[in-house]
Amino acid sequence: MTVKAAPRLRGKDLVGIDPLSPGEIQLILDTAEQMRDIAQRPIKKVPALRGKTVVNLFMEASTRTRFSFEVAEKRLSADSLNFSASASSVSKGETLLDTALNLEAMQPDFIVLRHQYAGAPHQLARILKSSVINAGDGAHEHPTQALLDALTIRLKRQTLEGQVVAIVGDLQHSRVVRSNILLLSRMGAKVRVAGPPSLIPVGMDAMGCEVYRRMEEAIAGADVVMMLRIQLERQGRMNFPTVREYYDFYALTPERLKLAKKDCLVMHPGPMNRGVEIDSRVADGPQSVILEQVTNGVAVRMAVLYLLAGGNGEPAAD
Amino acid sequence: MSRLLIKHGRVVDPTQRLDEGLNVLIVDGKVARLAERIEDKDAQVIDATGLVVAPGFIDVHVHLREPGFEYKETIASGVAAAVAGGFTAVCCMPNTQPPNDSAAVTEFIRARAAEAGLARVYPVGAVSKGLEGEELAEVGEMVRAGAVAFSDDGRPVHNAYLMRRVLEYTQLFDVPVVDHCEEPTLVAKGVMHEGAVATRLGLRGIPAAAEEVMVARDVVLAELTGGRVHIAHLSTRGALDRVREGKARGAAVTCEVTPHHLALTDQAVADTSFDTDTKMNPPLRSPEHVDALIQGVLDGTVDCLATDHAPHHADEKALEYDLAPFGVVGLETAVPVTYDLLVRKHKLPLRLFVALWSSNPARLFKLPGGSLKVGSPADITLLDLNARATVNPDRFRSLSRNTPFAGQRLKGWPGATVVGGKVVWRRERK
Repeated sequence: MTVKAAPRLRGKDLVGIDPLSPGEIQLILDTAEQMRDIAQRPIKKVPALRGKTVVNLFMEASTRTRFSFEVAEKRLSADSLNFSASASSVSKGETLLDTALNLEAMQPDFIVLRHQYAGAPHQLARILKSSVINAGDGAHEHPTQALLDALTIRLKRQTLEGQVVAIVGDLQHSRVVRSNILLLSRMGAKVRVAGPPSLIPVGMDAMGCEVYRRMEEAIAGADVVMMLRIQLERQGRMNFPTVREYYDFYALTPERLKLAKKDCLVMHPGPMNRGVEIDSRVADGPQSVILEQVTNGVAVRMAVLYLLAGGNGEPAAD
Repeated sequence: MSRLLIKHGRVVDPTQRLDEGLNVLIVDGKVARLAERIEDKDAQVIDATGLVVAPGFIDVHVHLREPGFEYKETIASGVAAAVAGGFTAVCCMPNTQPPNDSAAVTEFIRARAAEAGLARVYPVGAVSKGLEGEELAEVGEMVRAGAVAFSDDGRPVHNAYLMRRVLEYTQLFDVPVVDHCEEPTLVAKGVMHEGAVATRLGLRGIPAAAEEVMVARDVVLAELTGGRVHIAHLSTRGALDRVREGKARGAAVTCEVTPHHLALTDQAVADTSFDTDTKMNPPLRSPEHVDALIQGVLDGTVDCLATDHAPHHADEKALEYDLAPFGVVGLETAVPVTYDLLVRKHKLPLRLFVALWSSNPARLFKLPGGSLKVGSPADITLLDLNARATVNPDRFRSLSRNTPFAGQRLKGWPGATVVGGKVVWRRERK
């Protein structure tokens, strides 16, 4: 199956991969490929979103995702505002809804929301007129991460179809794994996931993947291995014994990587815990595309902003 | 002498195995006569043509929020919602502020209910002082003041030693202990049923096992002590199996199931895209649990229905799914939701449906009412089984609007409510 790109995005928001059709995913990836070229020009800026206002509403700490959105917004000539939880009215007891309504009263075109609780962007999208872009909600979705991962694979392999992608780590608390399962399975890739049995949520296979306990089985013959950050700050001390033991059973080491295909890509959404879920020899090795993921993140976020603003086809040249 | 004559109705009374066209004469608040033809020119007459005349419906599990949370509900607004939902009596849970853990609070609730009139209010007292699960509350004093059962509802009686002792001590008064069964360490920070839907939504799950381990414990303790355990809002297949086994061995264990656990599944959280009116505890379960509950109603394992009416202010529900409080209102939707589902869809005989809402709860909680036998209090629910209407929260008498049934079109609504021989509510006819 070759997925034909949709002519446009149907919704006003990007709250997750789940509501997207394969055609819409294809459209975003195709557009992102064109956006990549802008970064190669001497003047890395197009006027596509001139006069548009974007609020980056980050209710949970994030550096990489927020910077990536900001760079994307600036390259499209949008005006960006940053709102972070620490400096906000949240400490004064204002609800998310009131915060969002106050920001909306200043008539932004986009609200990019990062939030620690699942569903927050969906709840806001129902009420706000602006386009809501989910920059990560709890353990639910992180759609632009999955899109940039898909773009990275597609650029290396020309297609997602038939690719065997193994995702390893804390499946319970990861929004990255959820968005990736939905996107990759929808685009014809074969997704395997693996992690400690105490961190495998019930019924994850129903999302479109095969579930393994031993990472060796999941990565055997894989085209892509994606390692998840073990979120030490979100764990109690009952889910797995120690970081040391975690490395023993679930770290991507050069030895384990040999089980995958010879040219298998190594990915990680960052920030990495070196020596915990990934060995530096692999993270910095020839198969790693981890920094390319970061580069592609900007292109994907430009594409999403551009398409939600009503653009289709060729982005306006400067 | 006040006289009320309900004419031309279809009288359905499980306590007399009645299902026939009869007139009902009420004198001084009591059922005086049932007969095919009664003429009484001094009586106020209700024409019940096309209506079912049933013993007054009793909801043994509501939260009236007063004292302490009057912005969610008051005793007055709660009983107004009750009679508009076809209920003649409610049992109100003790998790108020202060909690109902003393005779003084029990008396306060009774006094407020007497002022409000409309429905009868039977307080449920706290098992433990302050609902803290440590010291046994003054159960006997509360019984004297009018408490009909004991519970730390909202929380389980987590301490097994306390549960054992309260099951022993309450036998002095022959009142049931109502337990909200969940093992808190298994619930952890869960906000919906643990399963494929929660996994996809990235919400933390509450496993069915959290409820089942505590139901299993309670059945064991009922057998040990001979005390009466009533499992509140039972919601899983395994919990129902434990109750069924306990009953078979002769343990004094009974259970209730709510309308929302019968009519909705965890898929509602996904379908409404995180609408917090789908958040309650226990959570909406997956279809295999819901199917087991319906089977349990049909085969008689479920003793009664109850709403767990849990009003919350709109501001409290307008939060992130993780932060919004658990609970939904139920008094004004319970009858049509359960009639439509159980009688129309699953062909539960009407007599059994009436029993689940009236004679059964009256028997379990030893309440007056629940029968139309001559001499019984004239608490009567009239049902208009042909009425169709759409659930419209804006018209609720409850102060709160947190229902997952808004917009549903349902058939089979209450037609009028009679308490102590007085018509306290009638459905507006279009």
